[in-house]
Amino acid sequence: MKPAPSIVFFTTASGAGYGLLFWLGLLRAFGWGAEAPPAFGAAGALLALALITAGLLSSLAHLGNPQRAWRAFSQWRSSWLSREGVAAVLTYPPALLLLLALWFEWPVAAAVAGLLSAAGAAATVYCTAMIYASLETVRQWRHPLVVPGYFAMAAFSGAALLAALAAAWGLRGSVLAPAALAVLGGAAAMGLKHAYWRAVDAGLPGPTRESATSLGAIGRVRPLDPPHTQQNYLLREMGFRVARKHAARLRGVALAAGFAAPAALALMALAGAPAAPLLAPGALLALLGVLVERWLMFAEATHTVTLYYH
Amino acid sequence: MTSLPERPAGAKKLGLVIDLDTCVGCQACAVNCKEWNASGHSAPLPDFKPYSAGAEGVWFNRVHSYEAGEGEKGRTVHFPRSCLHCETPACVTVCPTGASYKRAEDGIVLVNAETCIGCGLCAWACPYGAREMDEDAGVMKKCTLCIDRIYNETIPEAQRQPACVITCPTRARHFGDLGDPDSAVSQLVARRGGQDLMPELGYGPVNKYLPPRERSSALTEAKPVEDAPTPMDISNPLLRWMDRVLSR
Repeated sequence: MKPAPSIVFFTTASGAGYGLLFWLGLLRAFGWGAEAPPAFGAAGALLALALITAGLLSSLAHLGNPQRAWRAFSQWRSSWLSREGVAAVLTYPPALLLLLALWFEWPVAAAVAGLLSAAGAAATVYCTAMIYASLETVRQWRHPLVVPGYFAMAAFSGAALLAALAAAWGLRGSVLAPAALAVLGGAAAMGLKHAYWRAVDAGLPGPTRESATSLGAIGRVRPLDPPHTQQNYLLREMGFRVARKHAARLRGVALAAGFAAPAALALMALAGAPAAPLLAPGALLALLGVLVERWLMFAEATHTVTLYYH
Repeated sequence: MTSLPERPAGAKKLGLVIDLDTCVGCQACAVNCKEWNASGHSAPLPDFKPYSAGAEGVWFNRVHSYEAGEGEKGRTVHFPRSCLHCETPACVTVCPTGASYKRAEDGIVLVNAETCIGCGLCAWACPYGAREMDEDAGVMKKCTLCIDRIYNETIPEAQRQPACVITCPTRARHFGDLGDPDSAVSQLVARRGGQDLMPELGYGPVNKYLPPRERSSALTEAKPVEDAPTPMDISNPLLRWMDRVLSR
């Protein structure tokens, strides 16, 4: 599948934004960060909303008719893409209320809005993951580790951002919880992706060229003449093959630089090293790791239509 | 509404039956499809760079050729691929806007170009590659089963068939109601053992593919005629004598 830059950026940025919103809202509801100045909490909510909004706007760039995007809220009964849109919009009011409550120091409102925001963020990330996980046509996306993978990426990058933000504010006490979550998230991301890539490499069951052409009864089927000599939409969109060449190296980059390094930096901060110079690069590396992982998620996915072509 | 319509058992299921035994891969179906639909219900079907390198465009019908089987059983099969108008099409249910829909009255799967946002998710959801994006208009396009021919009362009744069917020179394509077990197409499918494509995915494709017929044994077992005649095979006495002399 073609890794369209707008979609790769969308899931990375919005995922991190929803992860940040989730941890900010949830931790705050349980009393974390109460000693922090109002500007810190407001900055966290603002950063989350900025990432989410940038991602959603980027996803509009992927559409053929972005001016009709409002129509996408109508089919939530059947479509995960529509549900994602609805969940994303429903998450805005509590997230904006959280921003106000943190700025004006309304503790009860912050707790309620925080919990609602966290629920909305989790629901939106789940819908995003299900868009892919519900497609029978791409066996690498049907895998049961795809949805946990989306949650892990969002939780990991969100925690890394929150830890970096707390460190930048010099809030020694408030760094601990998100830094510990970033360590756990990094470990979860590594474990999940390692298991997922091993399963993908071992070969996943799916349709064959014989079942796609109904000619299996005669024997093995080999393509002889293609229906067209030039490219077409199907091959550009679903026959993307460039990445496989670099897949092994990029997986290494994602695991080592993207997941292991930020987790190690957060661990060092937890052990008492100066937090700000460790956690800021940690957050950037985490975003890079998720970006690479998301790119591979598309580039390594194969669509059943390619069975007809090669 | 992209939820699928309630359709009772025995409801009309318009579709195609494609005979892989008689298809010769001439591309006439693909060309006539393009010709008709370029100005039909889903018009235009744009071409990009049509007169230079990298020419490509939107087509509803693509004819592949395959080799199937090994040795004496092996054969070349031409394989037209188009929308199968599935009974439970994922391309419809994934659509976030309701632009992609399945008609309750005859089961044809269509796209409303007025409300399509061009997200491309339906093309991802279709296992058969039946949908191609019109990148000029930013909307998805697909086979309409020539809805503007089959119900068109301004053309003679005999021509109220999809363009691909009416043009096929070997009659490898048949159109009809596959929901009616007594229809000509259903009978043909029953007689020839019509097949589904990727049945394991469970989308219930309506279009059926008739498998290539078994070659008759006379054809596969026939050996070249003996090229070394015995004297008894030569009835002309003069030639028989010459054969005997020359064979010494």
